[in-house]
Amino acid sequence: MDASYLLISTLNGLSVGLLLFMLASGLTLIFSMMGVLNFAHASFYMLGAYFAYTIAGLIGFWWALLLAPPLVGTLGALFERSALRRVHKFGHVPELLITFGLSYIILELVQLVWGRQAVDFKPPAALAGSLFTIISQPEGLSLAWGGKSALCTTASTICTTFPAFRAFGMAIAVLMLVALWLVLTRTRIGLVIQASLTHPQMVEALGHNVPRVFMLVFGAGTALAALAGVIGGALRVTEPSMAQAVGAVVFAVIVIGGMGSLAGAFVASVALGIIESFAVSSDHSISDGLQALGMAISPETFGYAVWSVKLSQIAAILPYLLLVLILIFRPKGLFGTREG
Amino acid sequence: MAMAENVAATAVASSRNMNWRWVIWGGYALVLIVAPLLWRSSLSHTMLSQMGIAIVACLAYNMLLGQGGMLSFGHAVYSGLGSFFAIHALNMVSGGQLTLPVSLVPLVGGLAGMVFAVLLGYVTTKKAGTPFAMITLGIGELVFAMSLMFPGFFGGEGGISGNRVAGKPLFGITFGPQIELYYLIALYTFVCTAAMFAFTRTPLGRMLNAVRDNPERVEFIGYDTQFVRYFAFIASGFFMGIAGGLGAMNFEIVTAEVVGAARSGAYLLFTFLGGATFFFGPIIGAVLMVLALVLLSELTLAWLLWLGLIFTFMVMYAPGGIASLIMMNLRVAAFGKLKPLLPWYLVLGVAALMILAGGGAMIEMVYHLQLNQALGPQMKFLGVPLNAHGVGSWAAAALLLLAGIVLFEILRRRFARLWNRIQEEIEDTVRQREAAA
Repeated sequence: MDASYLLISTLNGLSVGLLLFMLASGLTLIFSMMGVLNFAHASFYMLGAYFAYTIAGLIGFWWALLLAPPLVGTLGALFERSALRRVHKFGHVPELLITFGLSYIILELVQLVWGRQAVDFKPPAALAGSLFTIISQPEGLSLAWGGKSALCTTASTICTTFPAFRAFGMAIAVLMLVALWLVLTRTRIGLVIQASLTHPQMVEALGHNVPRVFMLVFGAGTALAALAGVIGGALRVTEPSMAQAVGAVVFAVIVIGGMGSLAGAFVASVALGIIESFAVSSDHSISDGLQALGMAISPETFGYAVWSVKLSQIAAILPYLLLVLILIFRPKGLFGTREG
Repeated sequence: MAMAENVAATAVASSRNMNWRWVIWGGYALVLIVAPLLWRSSLSHTMLSQMGIAIVACLAYNMLLGQGGMLSFGHAVYSGLGSFFAIHALNMVSGGQLTLPVSLVPLVGGLAGMVFAVLLGYVTTKKAGTPFAMITLGIGELVFAMSLMFPGFFGGEGGISGNRVAGKPLFGITFGPQIELYYLIALYTFVCTAAMFAFTRTPLGRMLNAVRDNPERVEFIGYDTQFVRYFAFIASGFFMGIAGGLGAMNFEIVTAEVVGAARSGAYLLFTFLGGATFFFGPIIGAVLMVLALVLLSELTLAWLLWLGLIFTFMVMYAPGGIASLIMMNLRVAAFGKLKPLLPWYLVLGVAALMILAGGGAMIEMVYHLQLNQALGPQMKFLGVPLNAHGVGSWAAAALLLLAGIVLFEILRRRFARLWNRIQEEIEDTVRQREAAA
């Protein structure tokens, strides 16, 4: 395990984690404010990617980045106003159910409009290349801006490139994080939102329209999901199954972080991203570890199928394993304050 | 004196209830017995078998959703793992390593479902409400991902196949023909339905309802809500496993998708559509589930869209599902006030059909353009020729849809007023009767 591998895995993990956090932040915001778990949150993420794909095809990627989130946010606010608010009085289970129904509807509509195959949604040309290259030579590490240089042709050097769009996505996520924090703590509307979290009746008595604040928060949360979708869709694949792929992980993130805690969501997403990034690129299995401890593991050993599974294969289930472990040892999550 | 009369009256009422109970359960058994004689094609026999399985699964699901207020997004885990264990047991019976009558193989599935419910349910039921739902989702994903990781047990992409004609036939019954298997499934369905109904009457079943309605008070009287949820979860896992075992015998192949999120979603969707607040609601939901999966999916590619829309409207306007709609109308009928409502149902139905026809035509035209481009823009929908490129077809469909929506909304508002008035009249009558008594 050399230093360049360590560096690039950490960076990749960080970028995955920040993307996850963009999704998780909107979900947490909506949950802590309204007590509603938005099951369709990942569907709004997918809508963001598809909207951006269409807009990018018409007037370019930068407009897509600018326009897709508010468009999706408007749809989210409309959904809150027309459907979610209506079932609010029935309790939390119907609220969860109606967003569950919405996830079916959005998935089918996406397939109806854009087809069942993946669409070709790519980063813009300006961000298509590599940002920098890590050159690992026998005498040490060095960084070079841009793609692979002439140095990489020599046999003893290993070059690893870092895509520019990945870095751009990370920058957007950090910007969003800072903006979110500033809005929530430094503006009037942020204060009203924070107050509505804990004392909705009091805020209402002071003359604020709490249902409208709810609608705004729901719209903003879905807009954040759509922003993540624009980045995630261009970075990965834009296809109808993208919502399901990321949805369950995001739910795991907010349980691990502690329901309703933004800081917890941040730590959990980044940690999951980094763990997953290291696990994916690792070739070890549990049996290797046991053998290193001096135990003899052979195909005849009981449960060999379990011991011989590679870490890279486990990577996909790590979030859920972590979820189970957290529930057993710390039921309120990393930064959670209440046990539900 | 008055007290003795009261006691006598309750005795009469309860004996009348007992009679009704026999009629209902007898009727249920009769339907299960007679159904394959009425619908004789092999397709309908397969569908009836699937309905029996789905009834067990949806009722077991409703032990959590309806009776315990626990919304699970991953309950296919228990039916699916039951399926896998049942098919392995079946294969061992075929191979001679295990002596077990084939008719008991579903019980193996049930036990497997229960064991996994004991294991995973302990973590799951630590929480209630929304966190519970998210944990079930996570565990569902966990098991699904793991099922692809261990091809030795789960058979990888191809799944595990078996043959239900195994071991010694008893009284010449081999379960080879579908009809023989159907009656085995029907027997299991009946027994499981009865057992699950009995569960709702046990102290545990009653405590479960209490935990759903007011967990705080349950804690005050000294019960541990977590354990009540846990025990209910285990019971539900057992019946889910039986449904899975029956499914394994019915299809003779088990693939990883039986533990997948789509299957869990279907259980939730149809249990809710059928009606989670009544014991018999999931039975309606299960019948609908098979009809939708087998027939509706043949009819249109967009069936999940319709399903999602219907589900969403159900959550908004009739959270008790179809069962509650039936019961509400039965109540109205019992007070002799159903007649003025009937014409309303007719016109509301017409408006709904207009929406279906208009929306359906547009959806089918989009799909036609997307998938059958080579065939040209001409197509037929419900026997009406349409031109998917023509402005006329689109305008007509849009107009029909729009008119349907406007008409439906106007009618719905007026109907709601009438409905509320009738409900008030009924309340008044009830109050007068109570005052007179």
